[in-house]
Amino acid sequence: MFKFFLVKLAQLVPTFIGVTIVAFAFIRLLPGDPILLMAGERGISAERYAQLESQMGFDRSLVVQYLDFLKGLLHGDLGNSLVTHAPVMDEFMSRFPATLELSLFALAFAVIIGLPAGVLAAVKRGKTLDHTIMGVSLTGYSMPIFWWGLLLIMLFSSTLGWTPVSGRISYMYFIEPVTGFMTIDSLIAGDWGAFLSSLHYLILPSIVLGTIPLAVIARQTRSSMLEVLGEDYVRTARAKGLSNFRVIMVHTLRNALISVVTVIGLQVGLLLAGAILTETIFSWPGIGKWMIDAISRRDYPSVQGGLVLIAFIVMIVNLLVDLAYGVINPRIRH
Amino acid sequence: MALLDIEGLSVRFKTSSGLFAAVEGVDINVDRGEVWSIVGESGSGKSVSMLATMGLLPWTAQVTADKMTFDGQDLQQLSSRQRRRIVGGEMSMIFQEPMSSLNPCFTVGTQIDEMIKQHLGGSRKERHERALDLLAQVGIPDPARRIKAYPHQLSGGMSQRVMIAMAISCNPRLLIADEPTTALDVTIQAQILELLLRLQEDTGMALILITHDMGVVAETAKHVVVQYAGRQVEKQDVKSLFANPRHPYTEALLSALPERAGNQARLPTIPGVVPGQHDRPSGCLFNPRCQYATEHCREVEPVPAADDPARTLCHYPLEDGISPSPAAAGAARDNPQSSPHREVRP
Repeated sequence: MFKFFLVKLAQLVPTFIGVTIVAFAFIRLLPGDPILLMAGERGISAERYAQLESQMGFDRSLVVQYLDFLKGLLHGDLGNSLVTHAPVMDEFMSRFPATLELSLFALAFAVIIGLPAGVLAAVKRGKTLDHTIMGVSLTGYSMPIFWWGLLLIMLFSSTLGWTPVSGRISYMYFIEPVTGFMTIDSLIAGDWGAFLSSLHYLILPSIVLGTIPLAVIARQTRSSMLEVLGEDYVRTARAKGLSNFRVIMVHTLRNALISVVTVIGLQVGLLLAGAILTETIFSWPGIGKWMIDAISRRDYPSVQGGLVLIAFIVMIVNLLVDLAYGVINPRIRH
Repeated sequence: MALLDIEGLSVRFKTSSGLFAAVEGVDINVDRGEVWSIVGESGSGKSVSMLATMGLLPWTAQVTADKMTFDGQDLQQLSSRQRRRIVGGEMSMIFQEPMSSLNPCFTVGTQIDEMIKQHLGGSRKERHERALDLLAQVGIPDPARRIKAYPHQLSGGMSQRVMIAMAISCNPRLLIADEPTTALDVTIQAQILELLLRLQEDTGMALILITHDMGVVAETAKHVVVQYAGRQVEKQDVKSLFANPRHPYTEALLSALPERAGNQARLPTIPGVVPGQHDRPSGCLFNPRCQYATEHCREVEPVPAADDPARTLCHYPLEDGISPSPAAAGAARDNPQSSPHREVRP
């Protein structure tokens, strides 16, 4: 098992190097110049431009700049933001918990609804319930996130007034950040009102962000369940005289989960990408909104640093999924 | 009263082109402690009729029977809960592909334990002891170690032994073995058959052995049902079946045995294949492959004669190896390769 882990870890290295190249090149491929943007409409003199350029190191060749970026990365230093001059790492870390919290709630929503829906659709294959679940999930999958988010805000926030429109917590509360998770921090502070408020603020964004993963998980669960239901060992389980519930939930689902877990792992990348839109709609102070701002200001260090960190997190999650695989599937473990 | 009494069993599958009768008119009546065999080529509906008995067919199957009782209980009338008490407990089944019949996610011990817990109960320790005992009984070396093994760590023969251990774990009164040796090495096949027969003798359970191997039938069964294309064509006890086959299909199966082929250069075969859903002939289903078939056979579907104990599904059942069919004389002349060789006995 440990060897399996090490091999998987080693396989990440080339992927990670690729990510750094893409992240570095991507922002520089965009038209626009951070110095000109900073100067704004007043413009800038050629001397001052050259001075700033050498100060920021943009006058060096791209290869040198890249190697410099890589060297910093190995020391855990992603450089400073061109806009705020604060270290990119600090900027990222102060916002990341908000995104992570939202993503986890969205994923929980997707799994808690999507998995049983998929199982139910598989068991009721060909019946009305199956067609309904699959129809709804296809609709959810095809839904543009920002449009869906706005629709929900109009219905639940504006018309019905059930949920807040934006933010992480009501203005009535101030919670000292400890972990960065509003729900956990409010519990640490022992403030139940704040905890409920933070949950209240999480509902809509989690639903919006979780809709596509929910649809993907439901569909994958259904097809995976249908495949396993045709296996010989499911027939054996029935031949043992076990209850239908046990045949489905123990013998079939356990095997079907192997491919579902992979898909859930892949959704994490999608969630972090989707968070950018969702956070913009709900003014959620996470990395999504921060990345959008950084891109529009051509804040090279923030964008490349942010991309590398997000990619790194996605890779770690996939590694964890591979490990979870081994736990579920004994054929890999042994 | 027979332990398993089935009359007029038929199974129809809903398909895109209408209902397909996979099994029709199968009768079987197994008494306590008897060994039965169901033979026929692939596609004869042997497995389907036994899966129907166990209630293991998918929802697309419609199972009907004039009579279908196990130990006096009408299997068609039972609620699914009552039926589950019989299936696995009193009547259990092992399958053709042992490697894929065990759940890859659970250890051997867990899978046996689950069955015992379902039907017999008992404390965790008692069940564990019983599982170890069963593994030893089916000839698995080092049961204490094997009980913790996952199915992918076992060979095909070992997997089948585990399946057998599981099937007999709740002292069933009937064990159905669906081609239990087809997927195994020849050397292992004999061991598994021996094991099944030994267990049958030791426990006194009844055994239904589905096979397409006439040699296996000769060695194991007391009574034989021959199926062809979902129809039961003949039912006899094994001695008279081998000495005096009534249906031309049975005769053809027997003459394809190497032991009976004598010193011919080529082993006799039955030309053609079992008809499927779309190529069923009119009249007798066996007529395109039957050397005695006449115009009558091609047009009219046969029914078993009322006074025939073998319930032979043929217009011209063989009498002492001789077909009364008008086509018999011509067939022997035209097709000497596949003519019967009754004089050669094992």
